[in-house]
Amino acid sequence: MKAHTPELLQVCDLQTQFHLAEGIVYAVNGVSYTVHEGEVLGVVGESGCGKSVTALSIMRLIQGPIGQIVAGQVLLHDQGRTTDLLTLSLQEMEGVRGNKISMIFQDPMTSLNPVLTIGYQLAEPLKRHRGMSDTQATQEAIDLLDRVGIPEPEVRVKNYPHQFSGGMRQRAMVAMAMACRPRLLIADEPTTALDVTIQAQILDLIRELRTQIGTAVIMITHDLGVVAEMADQVAVMYAGLIVENGSVLQIFDTPRHPYTQSLMSSIPRLGNWPRRLRTIEGAPPDLHSPITGCPFAERCEHHVPRCDTTFPALGRLSEDHLCACWRALEGELA
Amino acid sequence: MGRYILQRILAFVIILYIVATLTFFLMHAIPGGPWDALALQDKAKWIPEGIVAQLNERYGLDKPLWEQYVSFLSGAIRFDFGYSFYNATRTVVELYKELFPYSVHLGLLTMAFSTVVGVGFGILAAIKQGTWVDNLSTVLALFSMVVPAFVFAVLLQYVVGVRLGWLPTGGWNGPKYWILPVVANSMGPIGILQRYTRSSMVEVMRANYVRTARAKGMRERTVMLVHVFKNALTPVITVGGPMAANMMTGSLFVEGMFRVPGIGMYSLTAIGNRDYPMIMANTLVFSTIITLAYLGTDLVYALIDPRVSYSKGK
Amino acid sequence: MSTAPLLQTVDLTKSFPIRRGFFGQKLLRLVAVDRVNLSVYPGETLGLVGESGCGKSTLGLTIMRLYESTSGTVLFQGQDLGTVEGDKLRKARREMQMIFQDPFASLDPRMRVHEILREPMDIHGIGTPAEREAEARRLLDVVGLPSDAAQRFPNEFSGGQQQRIGIARALALRPKLLICDEPVSALDVSVQAQILNLLRDLQEQFNLTYIFIAHNIAVTGFMSRRIGVMYLGRLVEIGPSKAIVTEPLHPYTQALIAAVPKPDPKLEKVKRTLTGDVPSPIARPSGCPFHPRCPRAQEVCATEEPAIREIKPGHLAACHFA
Repeated sequence: MKAHTPELLQVCDLQTQFHLAEGIVYAVNGVSYTVHEGEVLGVVGESGCGKSVTALSIMRLIQGPIGQIVAGQVLLHDQGRTTDLLTLSLQEMEGVRGNKISMIFQDPMTSLNPVLTIGYQLAEPLKRHRGMSDTQATQEAIDLLDRVGIPEPEVRVKNYPHQFSGGMRQRAMVAMAMACRPRLLIADEPTTALDVTIQAQILDLIRELRTQIGTAVIMITHDLGVVAEMADQVAVMYAGLIVENGSVLQIFDTPRHPYTQSLMSSIPRLGNWPRRLRTIEGAPPDLHSPITGCPFAERCEHHVPRCDTTFPALGRLSEDHLCACWRALEGELA
Repeated sequence: MGRYILQRILAFVIILYIVATLTFFLMHAIPGGPWDALALQDKAKWIPEGIVAQLNERYGLDKPLWEQYVSFLSGAIRFDFGYSFYNATRTVVELYKELFPYSVHLGLLTMAFSTVVGVGFGILAAIKQGTWVDNLSTVLALFSMVVPAFVFAVLLQYVVGVRLGWLPTGGWNGPKYWILPVVANSMGPIGILQRYTRSSMVEVMRANYVRTARAKGMRERTVMLVHVFKNALTPVITVGGPMAANMMTGSLFVEGMFRVPGIGMYSLTAIGNRDYPMIMANTLVFSTIITLAYLGTDLVYALIDPRVSYSKGK
Repeated sequence: MSTAPLLQTVDLTKSFPIRRGFFGQKLLRLVAVDRVNLSVYPGETLGLVGESGCGKSTLGLTIMRLYESTSGTVLFQGQDLGTVEGDKLRKARREMQMIFQDPFASLDPRMRVHEILREPMDIHGIGTPAEREAEARRLLDVVGLPSDAAQRFPNEFSGGQQQRIGIARALALRPKLLICDEPVSALDVSVQAQILNLLRDLQEQFNLTYIFIAHNIAVTGFMSRRIGVMYLGRLVEIGPSKAIVTEPLHPYTQALIAAVPKPDPKLEKVKRTLTGDVPSPIARPSGCPFHPRCPRAQEVCATEEPAIREIKPGHLAACHFA
């Protein structure tokens, strides 16, 4: 079993809700995971499973009064001190964002301000967190653009986002996020909107920067291929809960939760094409009521009545491998 | 971009020509002539036929309509609109030179004041969305849009001018005199600008790049002023441009009630008086100002939004 | 192949005019589809893959004559689609239908489902109104939707269900050919699998022929017997799906396959060498369109455009060095 580096970020029993006019949406229902220094944690799940909301909650980018983080802790272990990010004031949190923890988003076109130059947007965190002057920051911005592989950075730094291609914009986003050498980078579906060859470049880039700077990464995606390539540790989410958490080999070789197993067998692989794909019948729950029993129960082939009344808590299968299915934990499933 | 501006100027000239022509013929098509208006006001001023014929001959109104049209056009190109029928001793151009600056002055002050107040309250309401500040601003904005300017005018004159005696109720002799008319004139525009600014800001605040700015740790104030505001400007300018044009062309009620010696009164009365030269001049001036305002807003878009380009094929 | 192709394109080209320059005087052409030659045989699925700007969607639309081709021919069942007009064209259109990427955007939000399904039959005057209603219900059943769906509006359904409605509508006229333009890209993984299985089942049930356009090669390979790879409007490789994926001949296809992240953590992490951006179809390179990014490019690649030729049986590539 690989020894882990020290813990960097611990999410503990996080719960986030959205108070809409039609009722409450229980988006995150008790999520716990740990990211170690320099490690890549892949968070996988389909849309609506809460993987993005969890990340936004870590960054405290959930907009009230509709969005509320109602319970839990987000512990950041930094330079010997542990802080619960959820207890910080807004100003203190602003000092953490872009500095200790950065985030990049899915759609690079709409995630960059169209009326400000790339250089300006890159310089912002540098001036804010590292106290650089305009000239220093612009020079650093040029360096950053160069490091992320953008040709002619001295020219490009004065361009506007619409003058960049999709891949270049995402590189600029990565540069922006890495500008202050954060301890943790949260990448929320960073390559979903990009072409395959560009996606490969961005993933290579993130891997490279992570090796150079030692940043840990939370890679949020629905693409199991991306997870297999990038992640050391994987957390699988469903209906606002973690259903399985293990090393990337464990998750791919020996998935134990029925949802993970179904997910693995329902994606078409390259070259290995069955006559029909295994599907999961039904659809994910709509999260309008609090979780009582297992939210996957109604779609699960191993469903028994006890599943509807037992809250799926994460239990330990082996040292590194956690699973939220009581039947799997008790060895009832093969 | 060059082609674009040339196109717009060409279009402007054509539009001006069409407007002038249409107005000319419509104007002459309205029953009644310039001399009837005078008479209708005061029966004693009923003008005998012989004199009407002479007046018509003097002003060229006896000639066939086409000839009048041509002579109007040739005069217009040289900025000569002839003498006002109503104000027989002054040429239209003279009148404009004397009165128009006051209207423009009032218009500019109104524009400045309503922009600062309207946009300012709009930003405030957007930042404090959902709170009492927002609700109050919205109610006030609705109120100012709905209540006509002349009601405000009377209210201000009465309360501030007469009862409290703080400010004069009319005239235009110095900064003290400007305050009330500008405030009364600004009420409608303030309401409109507040609404537009607020809704535009609220929409921009939901944008992904605002989330990115926050994710970089930028202070909330910076996010609002740098990231949100610039992007929120476009709809405000769309509405503000034509509004500015309207303000320049003289605001009838406010000018009248506060006795501001602007051109506003003449625009209103010219039609009733069948003051043909005045009507033509007014129409052309208004058209020009409004067209320039639209061209101006389009050029401003290109300034603030780097994605807007008027060279084709981007 | 001894049977005649159901659909054939001969040097099919589609380009768009673009204005440039200070006074807009320069006229350029955006070549979206460049002399594409394809044959699709009855009962098979031909997959088309490529990245943005490669022209695969435009090709689909041009085949359907939703875009008028700039040059070249589309032969459907031997008939030149470019020469038919009016009623004849409408009749030909019954045999070719399309399903689209965004299921919600392709359904009229103000029409009820049974009206959406009836519309094609109404337009072509098939059967009596009662028969059309009955057919609409039958179609719902065929795509696995409950019969009470008929009275509801599109926005009451999930993405996967909306796509089923789109498929049902496409089947209303009993077409022979179905062009699927990124039909599952907007759907969740588990829903994708359901729709793909459905398409497979329907193909068997109704003896349909598919052109399956997607950017996800794994999905396309699952659905298709043969795959064509497009780059900047050119068809650069075409062959059996397995061969394309395991032994790609064209350097672009090789780069594309290498770039796809594979869900197997034990695989060696290969450093991918394809640099640069997917180029714009307005400024197309000379010679071989891929040469600026190609790791194996030589001088001839910049001057001479390689014709597509058969390298192995049934497997063609457009490269001087394949």
